[in-house]
Amino acid sequence: MQLSEKYQLIRKLARDFAEKELTSEILDEVEDTGVFPVDIQKKMAKAGFYGIKVPEKYGGQGSDHLAYAITVEEIARVSAVGSLYVNSPNSLGGMTILIAGTEEQKQKYLRPMVEGDIVIPFGLTEPGGGSDAADMRTTAVKDGDYYILNGRKTFITMAPFADYSVIYADTGNRPSGKKGITTFIVDMKLPGVSLGKEEQKLGLVGCATSDIILEDVRVHKDDIIGEIGEGFKDAMRCLDVGRLGVAAQSLGVAQACLDEAIKYSKERKQFGKYLYEHQSIAFMIADMATKVKAARELVYDAAVTKDNGGNSTLASSMAKYYASEICNEVAAKSLQIHGGYGFVRGFKIERLYRDCRVFTIYEGTSQIQQIVISGQLLGR
Amino acid sequence: MRIIVCVKQVPDTNEIKIDPLTGTLMRDGVPSILNPDDANALEAALRIKDEYPGTTVDVLSMGPAQACYALRECLAMGADNAYLLSSRAFGGADTCSTSTTLAYGVRKLGDFDFIFTGRQAIDGDTAQVGPQLAQRLGLPIATYVQNIREVKEKTVIVERQLEDGYQILEVNRPCLLTAVKEWNEPRYMTVIGIENAYRKEIPVWDEKDIGIDVQDCGLNASPTKVFRSFTPPPKGKGEILSGTVSEMAQSLVAKLMEKHIL
Repeated sequence: MQLSEKYQLIRKLARDFAEKELTSEILDEVEDTGVFPVDIQKKMAKAGFYGIKVPEKYGGQGSDHLAYAITVEEIARVSAVGSLYVNSPNSLGGMTILIAGTEEQKQKYLRPMVEGDIVIPFGLTEPGGGSDAADMRTTAVKDGDYYILNGRKTFITMAPFADYSVIYADTGNRPSGKKGITTFIVDMKLPGVSLGKEEQKLGLVGCATSDIILEDVRVHKDDIIGEIGEGFKDAMRCLDVGRLGVAAQSLGVAQACLDEAIKYSKERKQFGKYLYEHQSIAFMIADMATKVKAARELVYDAAVTKDNGGNSTLASSMAKYYASEICNEVAAKSLQIHGGYGFVRGFKIERLYRDCRVFTIYEGTSQIQQIVISGQLLGR
Repeated sequence: MRIIVCVKQVPDTNEIKIDPLTGTLMRDGVPSILNPDDANALEAALRIKDEYPGTTVDVLSMGPAQACYALRECLAMGADNAYLLSSRAFGGADTCSTSTTLAYGVRKLGDFDFIFTGRQAIDGDTAQVGPQLAQRLGLPIATYVQNIREVKEKTVIVERQLEDGYQILEVNRPCLLTAVKEWNEPRYMTVIGIENAYRKEIPVWDEKDIGIDVQDCGLNASPTKVFRSFTPPPKGKGEILSGTVSEMAQSLVAKLMEKHIL
């Protein structure tokens, strides 16, 4: 896809930012300490990365999904965990409020969120319900003007330093007999809210993840987002955008793996020749580059489909499915080209390989994407 | 206040290669960027704008239509307006001719308090256009400015970078300052800045718009003629000394003395 000048400038902004701020020294430190520098988060917010698609009246940038995808791609090319910080406010937590919140809720939460002052994760997954998110055990029981929430949300990205969290809970059966899932925004300081231990993750180190535990948490009815019983539908709409974000992350990391493979193959000699002079390696690089290019087309197409107001469910799922799968494939091949050096700390590919493993899992596994894609095509 | 910042779009010399046969720059496929020192000049202007609300920052450039890209970048950083001087008649200009054309452009823009330019452009490296522009407009000038200490009612106090320190100058306003990279760290664009930059129109002015005679611009008014350009021969290989530390040190000292460096 040929990008217009405006999007080239967006890419320049994100690339300049990533290359200048996310130096290898800083990224090594993130890897060692598990902490992502707060000043870089603030700078990201200042550049507008936290509210790319949020309208100007809520403090956002008033831009679109294509600009969002390009930004995430470029940040992920340098740091996958860095891109997670861009993804989160633009997709899951922020989107919930943007698509279903009242005017008052938008004013209250979106502006501080895009300015980097508050963090709002997305609490859908439960210990017993990952792919089967609708099988929800967290309950919300009405008590006057309040709802009493009980349950446990798991693998919640950014929960350990969240100010609020979007929480999906079962508010009782609807007349149709189906479960009625409702969206709440829960202040993390409320009595009864606590955190599980921080997960020790394989990759994406530097963005803490934990459970959120809810024990008789009283949430006011004004903190319901959207309609009672309509939460699951809203969650799926957010995931459309979330999947675009993960697809863009996958694309950025895949590009980085390709870049590293090309670079290393021009540095390393074996059997008296540079690696790239061996056809076995050159052909691997050709395959990798072709798949990265195909992924890029799918990702940008999904973004443009969304911007044009079309049904982006199919396009987002395809982009997420393909980009995350080829990202893992390209990472594995790039590591293979690096040989033993790819298996040890110090080469960028080692981190990339770990970081991308979750891309085929979170925000809908590849198998869920297959269900969504085939469902869209076959009308099931 | 009103500040006019003159900028240039230049080939990214980090990416440029020299044709070994002809000795000329191979510009094909080389990305164009905003000249780095000019970004410092713009940043300096934007900081004044941050400090003095109501300040307008206008950016002016001369170049082909593609230079609008660099101007949009300036808008996305926070400039208020951008203007491009572009015409076939301006083509082939040396610094002398460029500064004449820019002076006409500035006159058309009207009153101002400051003109900021970068110290020099990375393609020509002359550092002449700023001073020439000041001369043509009859303005006081401070070159190599690394800091503004104070903006006073009728003057400005600046630090002018020298090789071994800096000078403090008080300059009457309006004046022209040329910026060095040590002055500041240019800010990032913002996403909303980019969105807004593409909603703005960049007026493109030719010789008629700024009222300059074609004989006074472009190649016609450029006394500089390139006699010959060449690539300096590559340096010989370095020599690696061996032995114990004291042997190497002795040998190094001997070699430096032989070359009259010590």
